[in-house]
Parts: sequence; structure tokens; C-alpha cells
Amino acid sequence: MHRVSADTLYKVKFELNGISVEGFAEPRTLLTDFLRHQLGATGTHVGCEHGVCGACTVQIDGEPARACLTLAVQVDGSSLKSVEGLTPEPGRLSIIQESFRKHHALQCGFCTAGILMSLDAFLKTHTHPGEDELREYLSGHICRCTGYGPIVAAALDAAAKLREGNDA
Amino acid sequence: MKPARFDYYNVETIDQVHKLIADNPDVRVIAGGQTLVPMLSMRLARPSAVVDIMRIDQLSKIDEKAGSIRVGAAVRQAALLAWPRLAEKQPLLAAALPWVGHAQTRNRGTICGSIAHADPSAELPLVLVALNGVVRAFKQTGKTSSARGRLFVGPMTTARSDDEIIEAVLFPLRENGKGYAFNEFGRRHGDFAIVSCAAVADAKEVRLTVGGVADRPASIQIQAASDAEAALILNDFAWSLQARDDLHASAEYRRQLVRQMGLRTICEARQCIA
Ligand SMILES: Cc1cc2nc3c(=O)[nH]c(=O)nc-3n(C[C@H](O)[C@H](O)[C@H](O)COP(=O)(O)OP(=O)(O)OC[C@H]3O[C@@H](n4cnc5c(N)ncnc54)[C@H](O)[C@@H]3O)c2cc1C
Ligand code: FES
Ligand code: FES
Repeated sequence: MHRVSADTLYKVKFELNGISVEGFAEPRTLLTDFLRHQLGATGTHVGCEHGVCGACTVQIDGEPARACLTLAVQVDGSSLKSVEGLTPEPGRLSIIQESFRKHHALQCGFCTAGILMSLDAFLKTHTHPGEDELREYLSGHICRCTGYGPIVAAALDAAAKLREGNDA
Repeated sequence: MKPARFDYYNVETIDQVHKLIADNPDVRVIAGGQTLVPMLSMRLARPSAVVDIMRIDQLSKIDEKAGSIRVGAAVRQAALLAWPRLAEKQPLLAAALPWVGHAQTRNRGTICGSIAHADPSAELPLVLVALNGVVRAFKQTGKTSSARGRLFVGPMTTARSDDEIIEAVLFPLRENGKGYAFNEFGRRHGDFAIVSCAAVADAKEVRLTVGGVADRPASIQIQAASDAEAALILNDFAWSLQARDDLHASAEYRRQLVRQMGLRTICEARQCIA
């Protein structure tokens, strides 16, 4: 049994985008705040802070999940991926990011980081997604300004590009 | 919106959970955190400590046991959805599970956490009542209790005492000669149900369970032969549920959904008797 008392700072260590990171968290520290304030990884956004909007979505051990509904101490020893981990190299966009740009799938970009993290995981296992299936999956995200049409179009286009890449 | 301070315990055995709760009744179990963390952030819950049960190996299994699918308290909703042949083993559970929140919340949220929380609009309590499933809870004294339909006593309230930890829920396997159907109406897929219906039919009768209307899932047994007779019974049932107006729908609208979607669900369950 392991106890972290309320007012102590606990050293949390995990892998973020392939790099080992660590920082200090109280038991009550949310993963969103840990990423942004402790690690300075501000790509993960905070919208509603109670699980409904999806802006804070990151991948925990490969599965998309709400960072705002996760305590930092809970991911000790895990492997995480955030939006900063999508680009293949500095100055280049990933296939999904590139198709978001092409289809104008973001305006303010507040919801985008979360949507990208969900789609990045989804398109790995769903190589031929149908539009209905995509829309249902995206119901876990709220975009208040772009509208979902361009987002769905970008996702379908990215799926096609990823297939080409795999065939080649 | 930040949680107030609490101690955090990471445990490996159920005994450790009981010991913690025996020493301090203000300890709260955290499973997937998909309901508890928002409650902590909004300070609707202010426990002095939380105990994380997700690393207890004993609780992380899904298995078939004595005619049921036994789902341990650390099993996430996504894991049960990905369990091979779920649709064949229990079609009602397979039909309702994709409606529980979103893929992103199902990756963390547990089956037992949803049952423990007992939201009147939640799908899993509805399925549990519809199938007459069993909840296995452990008291610190080592005593086991099993509750069937009587578990849910009101909104967000179960008959469980504070020192009882849900260890597993058991959903009965599909039976030959029975048909199962589920339908839900909400504003968006993944939102809590405005009304949800689950029906289990055999050659003689059908049992309809409705969520989202009363303060807990409510069931009715119908023997009626014709659809017209069933519709009359459903009308009385709809009125008996004491539907209320809220932000999402009026009481009248909910009653109408019970009549229409209830009848459709009954018909579908009868059609797929296998
Ligand atoms: C955006 C969003 C949408 C959602 N939509 C839906 C929906 O449409 N339908 C739906 O049904 N749910 C929905 N939910 C809730 C979700 O299903 C939760 O995962 C579930 O209700 C709680 O499970 P959990 O494992 O996360 O429990 P936690 O949040 O960890 O715990 C919930 C409560 O149960 C107690 N508890 C947990 N496990 C046990 C146990 N083994 N023994 C005793 N007590 C226990 C906790 O102390 C706490 O009080 C939604 C959640 C979010 C964030
Ligand atoms: S900030 Fe986490 S879901 Fe909105
Ligand atoms: S791009 Fe502005 S909220 Fe989605």
C-alpha cells in the first residue's frame, strides 16, 4: 500500500511523447494542471474541467482519455501522448494535422488538440472509418466555432492518406 | 474548479481498502474517476482521502461463472466492450454499453463505478435491473451481500452501506428462448438518456425496464398478446413513473417516449427470441 498525504508533494514520473518526465504533484493535482503548469506542456487545453468538452484529451497508455478527469498521481509510471507528440519532426505536421489545415478544420483551435489526440488513436485501429462512425466518435468533443463538417472531412481525408502511406 | 485536499492511497488488495475504510469512514473509493473527479473538482464531494482500486489484480477480471458474466470492479467499460463475443453472450449489455458516455470516457470509467453511482439515466443500472443481475459487495466484516433489483433505492442512491465495496457485478448470460432489445433517446449519442428502454421477452411474456424517467430503473411485466393491449398497459405504466419536467425534456414528452419507444423495444425483443 502506498500513501500520499494531502499536503505533500509527490514525485510523479511518466513517459510523455517518448521522453521520461517528472514533476511534483499533490494528490488533488489534475493531470491537465500537471502537464501545463509543472511540465509547461501547454498544448493540452482546458475547457470545461469536468469531462464534457474533450479539449483536454490525451492518450494514456495509447487510449484517449480526459486529462481533467485524471489525477496526476494516477498516471505515475504510465506512457502518455499529447498533441506535442504528433509532429514527426520540428516544422513538419503529421498527416492528420496537415488535413486539418487543408480542410479548415479549426478556427480558434481551442478544441483541436483534444480532437487530434482522439483521431490519432482512432485512425490507427479504424483504417476505413464511415462518416457515421466518425461522427459518433467525435461526439466526445465539442467544437464551438468551426462546426463539425470540416472536421469530419479532414478526418476522412487523413484516413485515406494514412491508407496510401501504409500501402506504399 | 479544483478539488479540495485529500490523501491518496494506492492499494493492491481488497483487505487494504477495508482497513482504510474501517479506520476512516470518510475515505472514498476512486475507480475510473469519470464521475468522482468532476464531483471533487466541483467540491460536491470532499472526502478526506481517496483509495484507488484500479491496481487490485483480484478486481480486474471478466469471466464467465455459473451462468453469468462476472465483471470485476477494476474493469473499464472499454474492456468489457472489447470482450470477445459479448454480443453473443449477452446482447442487451452489448447493445447498451456503446451508449455509456463517449469512447474517451469509457476508456477510463468502470462498469461497477457506474452501478455504484446509480444515476437514474445511466444505462448500466438499467441493464442490471432488466437482466435481474447481481451485485457482489464486500463488507469489512468479510460478509458478502448480493443484491438484485433492490439495489437502487433512489437517484444516486443504492442500498449499499458506506463500508460496502462493490467487488463485481454479474450479468446473466443470454438464455435460449429469450429475446433482448435496447433503445435510447437523447440529444446526442453519449449524453445521458432522456429515456432508455430495455426489454427481455420469452414466448409467454415480456419485461420492460425504463430508465431516465423515475428516480431509478423501473420494470413492468407484460403478458398481453396484442400490441394494442400492450399499448394500453404502457400508457398506465408511463403515468405511474412520476415523470418530471427538466431542462432536457418535459414530463409529457418523457411519457410519450415511454409509450412509443417502450412498445418498439418490446416488439424488437419479441422478434429476436432465439
Ligand atoms: C462526458 C461524460 C459523459 C458521460 N455520459 C454517460 C452516459 O451517457 N451514461 C452513463 O451511464 N454514464 C455516463 N457518464 C459517467 C460514466 O459512465 C462514469 O464512468 C461512471 O458513472 C462511473 O464510473 P467510474 O469508474 O468512473 O467511477 P468513479 O468516478 O471512480 O466513482 C463513481 C462513484 O462510485 C463510487 N465507486 C466506484 N467504484 C466503486 C466500488 N467498486 N465500490 C463502491 N463504490 C464505488 C465512487 O466512490 C464514487 O462515488 C459520463 C461521464 C462523462 C465524464
Ligand atoms: S477540459 Fe477536460 S473535458 Fe473539458
Ligand atoms: S476550433 Fe474553435 S472551438 Fe473548435
